[in-house]
Amino acid sequence: MALLNISSPHTSRPGDTGGVMRQVLYALLPGIVLLTWFFGPGHLIQIGIAAITALACEALVMVLRKRPVLFYLKDYSALLTAVLLALALPPLCPWWVTVIASAFAIIFAKHLYGGMGYNPFNPAMVGFALVLISFPVAMTTSWTGPAELLNAKLTFSQSLHFIFSARDGIDAVTMATPLDVYKHQAAMQTSDEIFKQPIFGSTIAIGWEWISLAYALGGIYLLWRRIFTWHIPLSVLTALSICSVIFGWDADTHVPLSLHLFTGATMLGAFFIATDPVTASTTPLGKIIYGAGIGILIYVIRTYGAYPDAIAFAVLLMNFAAAFIDQYTQPRTYGHNKAKRGLPKGGK
Amino acid sequence: MSQPFFELHDFKGGIHPAENKHQSTELPVARAPMPSRLVLPLNQHIGAPARVLVQEGDKVLKGQLIASAEGFVSAALHAPTSGTISRIAEHALPHSSGMSGMCIEITPDGSDTWCEHQGLADYRDHAPADLLALIKNAGIAGLGGAGFPSHVKLASSHNKPIDTLILNGAECEPYITADDMLMRERAAEVIEGALILLHILNPERCLIGIEDNKPEAIVALKHALQASTKDAHKIQVIGIPTKYPSGGEKQLIQILTGKEVPSGGIPADIGVVCQNVGTAAAIHNAISKGEPLISRIVTLTGKACAQPRNYEVLIGTPVNELMQHGGIDAGLMQRLIMGGPMMGFTLTDLSVPVVKTTNCLLAPTKKELPVAPAAQACIRCGMCTEACPAQLLPQQLYWFSRAEEFDKAEAHNLFDCIECGACAYVCPSNIPLVQYYRYAKGEIRIEKADKVKSERAKQRFEARTARLDREQAEKDARRAARAEAAAKAQAEKAAAAPQPDGAAPANTASAASPAPVADLEALQKKLDAAKLGVEKSKEKLAAAIAEGSDKAELLQGAVDKAMERMKALATEIAQAKKAAKAAPAAENAAEKSDPNSPERIKNKLELAQSRLQTAQERLSAAKAESSDLIPALQTAVEKQQAKVDELQQALQASLAGDTAAPAAPENPPATGDAFAQQTEQLQQKVLAAQSRVDKAQERLSMAIEQGSDVLDALRMGLDKQQQKLSEAQAALAQHLAAEKA
Ligand code: SF4
Ligand code: SF4
Repeated sequence: MALLNISSPHTSRPGDTGGVMRQVLYALLPGIVLLTWFFGPGHLIQIGIAAITALACEALVMVLRKRPVLFYLKDYSALLTAVLLALALPPLCPWWVTVIASAFAIIFAKHLYGGMGYNPFNPAMVGFALVLISFPVAMTTSWTGPAELLNAKLTFSQSLHFIFSARDGIDAVTMATPLDVYKHQAAMQTSDEIFKQPIFGSTIAIGWEWISLAYALGGIYLLWRRIFTWHIPLSVLTALSICSVIFGWDADTHVPLSLHLFTGATMLGAFFIATDPVTASTTPLGKIIYGAGIGILIYVIRTYGAYPDAIAFAVLLMNFAAAFIDQYTQPRTYGHNKAKRGLPKGGK
Repeated sequence: MSQPFFELHDFKGGIHPAENKHQSTELPVARAPMPSRLVLPLNQHIGAPARVLVQEGDKVLKGQLIASAEGFVSAALHAPTSGTISRIAEHALPHSSGMSGMCIEITPDGSDTWCEHQGLADYRDHAPADLLALIKNAGIAGLGGAGFPSHVKLASSHNKPIDTLILNGAECEPYITADDMLMRERAAEVIEGALILLHILNPERCLIGIEDNKPEAIVALKHALQASTKDAHKIQVIGIPTKYPSGGEKQLIQILTGKEVPSGGIPADIGVVCQNVGTAAAIHNAISKGEPLISRIVTLTGKACAQPRNYEVLIGTPVNELMQHGGIDAGLMQRLIMGGPMMGFTLTDLSVPVVKTTNCLLAPTKKELPVAPAAQACIRCGMCTEACPAQLLPQQLYWFSRAEEFDKAEAHNLFDCIECGACAYVCPSNIPLVQYYRYAKGEIRIEKADKVKSERAKQRFEARTARLDREQAEKDARRAARAEAAAKAQAEKAAAAPQPDGAAPANTASAASPAPVADLEALQKKLDAAKLGVEKSKEKLAAAIAEGSDKAELLQGAVDKAMERMKALATEIAQAKKAAKAAPAAENAAEKSDPNSPERIKNKLELAQSRLQTAQERLSAAKAESSDLIPALQTAVEKQQAKVDELQQALQASLAGDTAAPAAPENPPATGDAFAQQTEQLQQKVLAAQSRVDKAQERLSMAIEQGSDVLDALRMGLDKQQQKLSEAQAALAQHLAAEKA
């Protein structure tokens, strides 16, 4: 009998990091289904491309770093990055855009910084930002219109065709996103006039409201499973809402709150991207500040920036601040009168 | 469960691991059979080891004191049964590091005969201090966690008003049911113990906190409370929500009082004293029955244990014998944990004994407590932060510890971590977080101890050098004055033959007396300072109770040392006082007695002999420790040996001279020759003493550089040598003065 000499604790909660990532992937499913329902199979294809690229890159890096490949692939983090990235990309963007974004996310944003757990920036958003800046045309002309507004339903093979080869005729199936439309027309038209456009449907914006709700639902599931805490999603949404109500109350000139919350990647961002634990703030108070920062930045960039959606830049900017925020928001430890702030001066 | 309303406070964090307690509560507590031998470690607790009072081969009776508490924080040790002391030697200890230590081994004679013992008829007739002494003599140390000697915990709260006494019956660790069964079966003893503690501490209330997964224990205690004939209205039994680690002292205090023990402080700082329920029962047995702590309840459990249950086990019972009796299948079990799955440690040597703090032997199968899979990267998910009862940021501590950025780890309150393991339990990446914290704490402690050591050595060395310089200057001045006086006297003598003597001796006498007085004052001041230091150290020690054991041990050492220093100073003062009184008399005596008389030489010889002995002792001590100083000490011993030989010869010569002297009393030149000879001898002695002092100084500074443990011994040696030197110098001066006279 070999007596093992192990230090305490000798027991741990079942489950591992892979399990956590899998839960997040499950929580994304309703959103993916509705996206496909409303905007065609483009996202499924993008997910496939991104996943294959990301996993291949992850494996390649692991081989190069002489690490056990399977052990790391099993943590599902590369897959999750790929899926989040694919969901943020327009459904019909050319395949090479997705490949570049995913490869960049995994190789540069994740592994060049030391790999899992060490990367300061959200890899999916780094990949997304890269292609958004580099290939603005491909990125802004690839959003399909809602299926019910298209003359013919976009089929799987059509989507494949648009993504992988010829892009002529793509205009027939793509449309500007509601946020984009509203932002550009707010200068010329009143709110009522804009809302009359078919893309906004009868409630908020065709498809988007349901997709956003599905993401929110998935997020709430994760909250319930204690995969993450309420702090970040709630503060993102609250800050965005407050900004919108205070500064953008006039719907004739500003994007209204309903569009802010229920179109674009707001819910995806609040529940799945901002909560990426590796790159977020980790202290309870820090998470609130971090989330609020993202919410404010989303509003600012959407309102004053050149890009209609702003999740990626808002998250990346706050990633910069996360470590700093953590140092100044340490909780008050048991038995201490005050919380400590910052790090010891000097030191090695 | 009906419970009068009592406001409970939650603590942050915490986890709910599988309890696994029911397995071992199905059967009542059984008495474990007499083992073939008992192994009693001298140090079963935080603090100084006990001092052995027996020898190999001694017969002892059950309950007989075999090692006494030594120092401020220490606990006595008693024979758990009657038998023979078979060995006093190193033995493997139950410790996470697998270290060994001095143990007394007893071979039981089987008769289990008690020594004479008797409890108090009514503890209420006795003063708290007396009861504390009884608790100390009964060797009672905390049966719950770190095994802190109970009397210290109770006494250190003496100068602070205590409003709440808490008995810890939470027992939040999975698997362990020792306290549970104790409360179920011996509720009355627990209540009696609580009453005694109430009498000692006189707080406003006593709260017995029990996790609500032990309804039987709660009911049993409530019944016992009602049945108590004494004034038990201050005692309240309180069920608390089951959540690990509610049984942590700090957490339980928070739950029951809503107050937090200040970081680095002790519960008494907020008016609370916390004792384990088992400790309370043991205190009752010690006070009311006169029975020292010689056995305890131990849970044997785990799937590799055929019949999990609790046993009443004699302290010192080897684990392997207990395992055998308890039906633990060594083939099935994949590790043996002493303690629970959250904070226990694995044993690698199964011959280690059950000690006062052993509450559980957990023998899990491979499947039951699987070894954690390889750690994955930290994903900063924050689950550890959510779980931490101390409101730390475990993942930050982990990153800092891992990067060896210890200053940052410390700044993030690493030392407030209670090593409960909640963070590691929830970590999805299976990172052995607590291991990292232990490592970081260890490194920081070593770093600090080194710093303190070198700082202290530096200070001592500087103070020493300054003092020596000053003394040397004073001595030089005195010597010069004496030489001058002597020369003057000589000259006078040469000028005018017999003259009534006067100035010189009177001068020395008057010069001698103020010096001791000044010394006396200085010494008294030093003594006062030392006393203050001891008080402070004691306080600090008390403060360290709640903290890490290492710190407490360090401080214990400091307190002991300070007390030693105090004692040394006190004797020095006494000596100085005596010297001050004796000084004039000695001056007078010196005039009359021949400094080179056989008596004086004899005295010197005796002194030298005793010095030789000390040197030899020191040498053998150094050998035992295989110290680096052995060569130096060896030469010292040889020197002293030579000195003794020399003095012996001198004595013989002197005795021979004595007999020879009367033969030629009328020969002045002869006396002159003898005088010159004696002077030379004395001078040589002074020189020898001086070189010895130099040697001792050298050795001391060497030791200081090396931070040796024998520092104090060496310093004392140096002091002695210096004293010797001044004596020899004084003798020479007297001799010269006498001659002149
Ligand atoms: S629980 Fe583990 S993985 Fe999560 S933040 Fe803490 S240390 Fe990192
Ligand atoms: S082991 Fe330390 S850091 Fe981890 S949960 Fe317990 S107190 Fe917090």
